[in-house]
Amino acid sequence: MGVTESPPRARRRGPDAPFADQYRAWLRGMILIRRFEEKAGEAYALGQVGGFCHLYIGQEAVAVGTLAAIRPDDYVVSAYREHGQALARGIASRAVMAELYGKATGCSHGKGGSMHLFDASLHFMGGHAIVGSQIPLGTGFAFAARYRGTDQVSLTYMGEAAANIGAFHESLNIAGLWKLPVVYVIENNGYGMGTAVKRAAAITELYQRAASYAMPGVEVDGQDVVAVKQATDDAVGRARRGEGPSLLEIRTFRYMGHSMSDAASGTYRSKEELESSRQRDPIVLLETRMRELGMLDDTGLGAIEADVAAEVADAVKFAEESPEPAPDQLWTDVYAPEAR
Amino acid sequence: MATKVVMEALSPTMEEGRLVEWKKNEGDAVAVGDVLAEVETDKAVMELVARAAGTLIKQSVAAGSTVPVAATVAWIGSAGEAVPGGGTAAGGPAAGVDAAAAQPAAPPAPAAATPPTPQQPAPAAVELPAVPPSAPAGRIKASPLARRIAAETGIDLGGVSGSGPEGRIIKRDLDQLATVGPGEPRPPERAPRQRAEGGAAYADVTLTPMRKTIAKRLVQSIGPIPTFYLTAEADMERASDAREALVARDESGKFSFNDFIILAAATALHQHPWVNAWWMEDKVRQWHEVHIGVAVAVDEGLITPVIRNADQKSLREIAAEVRELAGRARERKLKPEEYTGATFSISNLGMFGIDEFTAVINPPEAAILAIGRIEPKPVVVDGEVRVRRRMRITMSCDHRVVDGATGAAFLKTLVEMLEYPLALVW
Amino acid sequence: MAVLTYRDALNAALREEMQRDDNVFLMGEEVAEYDGAYKVSRGLLKEFGARRVVDTPIAELGFTGIGVGAAMVGLRPVIEMMTMNFALLAIDQIVNTAAKVRYMSGGQIGCPLVIRGPGGAALQLGAQHSQAFESWYANIPGLKVVMPATPADAKGLLKSAIRDDNPVIFIEGEMLYNQKGEVPDGEHLIPLGRADIKRPGNDVTIICHSKTVAPAMNAAKSLADEGVDAEVVDLRTIRPLDQDAILASVAKTHRVVVAEEGWGFAGVGAQVVDLIQREAFDDLDSPVIRVHQADVPMPYNKHLEKAAKADAAKIVAAVHQACYRG
Repeated sequence: MGVTESPPRARRRGPDAPFADQYRAWLRGMILIRRFEEKAGEAYALGQVGGFCHLYIGQEAVAVGTLAAIRPDDYVVSAYREHGQALARGIASRAVMAELYGKATGCSHGKGGSMHLFDASLHFMGGHAIVGSQIPLGTGFAFAARYRGTDQVSLTYMGEAAANIGAFHESLNIAGLWKLPVVYVIENNGYGMGTAVKRAAAITELYQRAASYAMPGVEVDGQDVVAVKQATDDAVGRARRGEGPSLLEIRTFRYMGHSMSDAASGTYRSKEELESSRQRDPIVLLETRMRELGMLDDTGLGAIEADVAAEVADAVKFAEESPEPAPDQLWTDVYAPEAR
Repeated sequence: MATKVVMEALSPTMEEGRLVEWKKNEGDAVAVGDVLAEVETDKAVMELVARAAGTLIKQSVAAGSTVPVAATVAWIGSAGEAVPGGGTAAGGPAAGVDAAAAQPAAPPAPAAATPPTPQQPAPAAVELPAVPPSAPAGRIKASPLARRIAAETGIDLGGVSGSGPEGRIIKRDLDQLATVGPGEPRPPERAPRQRAEGGAAYADVTLTPMRKTIAKRLVQSIGPIPTFYLTAEADMERASDAREALVARDESGKFSFNDFIILAAATALHQHPWVNAWWMEDKVRQWHEVHIGVAVAVDEGLITPVIRNADQKSLREIAAEVRELAGRARERKLKPEEYTGATFSISNLGMFGIDEFTAVINPPEAAILAIGRIEPKPVVVDGEVRVRRRMRITMSCDHRVVDGATGAAFLKTLVEMLEYPLALVW
Repeated sequence: MAVLTYRDALNAALREEMQRDDNVFLMGEEVAEYDGAYKVSRGLLKEFGARRVVDTPIAELGFTGIGVGAAMVGLRPVIEMMTMNFALLAIDQIVNTAAKVRYMSGGQIGCPLVIRGPGGAALQLGAQHSQAFESWYANIPGLKVVMPATPADAKGLLKSAIRDDNPVIFIEGEMLYNQKGEVPDGEHLIPLGRADIKRPGNDVTIICHSKTVAPAMNAAKSLADEGVDAEVVDLRTIRPLDQDAILASVAKTHRVVVAEEGWGFAGVGAQVVDLIQREAFDDLDSPVIRVHQADVPMPYNKHLEKAAKADAAKIVAAVHQACYRG
């Protein structure tokens, strides 16, 4: 499993040439996530961010590549390691950071926190923190699209450990049965908390499970943002055309521990394995390709880094300076307002 | 921040104290150690001193009130400061007011019923063992609703016997009481005997610490009602003669010996307020009115119709009323107000041939008479053995209210009245 | 007024609301082709088609989550549980998502959803099919819990539940489906959160809901014969609880019995008692007495089952206790 094997990489197609602007946007998107998460980790260490905090560092190509493949009116739902998807979907870094800080200006008004980022206007339907609970929800968004006769697609993320939970089976069975427009994305970073895939799944090639649900299952190199984008394009296209759901198993790495309370390496994975995984860093991979194609030089990269650094610094400042939720907010949003 | 002043345990056995007198008034400056008030404990009158300096901003209880140890009696703070429980210094005393609340508006009010209490240490006449300090004061069990009604209507729950589980006072107990109305003045049919206290129905006597300690110790000794018994024998010759003469003269004037005893007892009670009284846990209610409960056997047991203001009635009236009430009692047609509210009771088993017996006190009443049969027996009269019609009377007394000498004095009066019927109309 | 069964009253409510709002659809096991396990959805497939009357696999977690998701994006699903016992398989979605998504999202995303089906015991269905779970759901802020006892209430409350913007757990009763009663003609809506005085009285209040309403009425009848005038308060909605109605009745009668079908420990009645002791302490003339299922799993044997269930005789006995009679 992981980096020691050589997964098939045939699914990336064609020349990249005409896509300089896209590549630059994806590069910036991935760098933004990384720098944001580094700052979030710092703020957590300083006690500015509380609770659980699961960083996305190492997996940036998954969020950026998949979300590049859908429309603004499509639905996105994720689990609790969702900072990357939130940023890549377009929630302002200020609003995400402020939410981590628990401030009233956060994207969930300080009531959600790291694991519950929401933005209804962007159809970002949340981070959900019970493993697998978002899978039926994403299926439901697809059901609603079908019900209304739109061609919206639901992009439903999960970690690989969620593929072992009952909700996964029930949802994919129904989606396959009803041919719902949903793209299930397994972000396989190799470990469910501290449990390696091979210690949790009878069949470690999780994409093969798609066969049980009458949908295509595709393994994707999650460090290659271009491959991720292209595989997602295929699945989203199928869904939008009414041909039914797909299962993408996107193989990636998390550089950090499961959460902030967990060392990056140690008990359940070796320092060597971690170091080796870093050799195929998604940002470096895209940067290298862009340099090879003549899309990027040191100046250009420096400009992106500077721009991102400024944005993240601004997000932190905004979060720090934002007000706490008013005390009466404790009692709001439990039920719908009485008057409709 | 205001500082509470609490009733301190000024003796090892003290559970509550009577605030005899305030030594500092609201608004007075107070230094640590200043005497704030005099407190009567179960042993002596002691000083309650300030533990904080400042201004006495509120007296939470009035002088004369009895409050449990640890209860707040005052607040010390800075002038004008608000205190918990409302208000700054001002307003009337908040607790411990002991007026005869059920009293109908009859001026003058019965003296707030708090005669001056002796302030010397408990006299040595009664040598009492120390009271265990943790023994909780007899708590009155009442439903929250009953408590609320009592507070609103001024009924003192201490004088109410509860019909709920473990004697819990519940609403219906108060409903009955409310219809009785302990102090309804009746239009007199003939010149009433002058009552004490300007016609008030009763006077509540604040319990002195000694009285309380006596009560507590006696209850611990023999049960909820520490009863003792006094027996006397009355010569009924004159009464029998008088009855025979009256009946012979006028068939409609028929009366029983029991009616006569009711009249005699009612009249005697007038002179013995400690016997015509209720035990109310925190005080004794001495009734100025005399309401005699007369035990009547009915099929299922016993009921005690009440002859109200028996001391104000003629023998004829009493006789008629007893007959009427007893008749309806046997038909189970009495209204609650007709069998509650007695201040004293009489049980007569003479007609069943009983020589003498003891009757069980009907709380909160303090005593009950048990009347045996009238029978001729040899007695020594003026140095000679004669056969006289005699009757034995046994009084059960609640020792918390009635002491031996008190009870004996009453019995003496009663026997005199029975033996010299003219005394009744004197 | 038409006389309808409880089942047909629910059916009418579903039909009317589906006619009224295209966002309303019914989903669950056997709701369409089979016409409903208990025939509540009879005829709806024919009228509305498979798009809006949706049969699912036996996958409570899956289809409930789909319903929650659909509600999060604005549809108004009615999810039928064949019985509320099976909803335990879906409780993650009910509790962790439906009840919380509005709060977690800072008010951005609601969940106008009805989850409905029969709860509690029927006859001899054994331990796993005889459970009253309303207190579980009522414990959760964000949920509403509705439990009609009569056909008229069933119709009026289901219509209101479907129109409510919150997730509503709507618990019916297998033993209620065949009960007949008058149902007002035309648009009949009963607001959620309002109790109903099913019988006015002065001496004691019997607070009940769902399947304890009928036994409470029977108890009141026999109590009347012995001169006790009982007021029967049907909660109808467990959450939000109609505190005003409860307190008004307690203020009138001063004595209370709370009857419910489920277990006593941390049950609905416990919540009612909490309210009464706190807000009506000085109105009480006796302790509040509760009637509920015996604290055991439901036995199969019919005699044991009867012994375990709350019934009219137990309510009468409780009233005697509350009224200090015998």
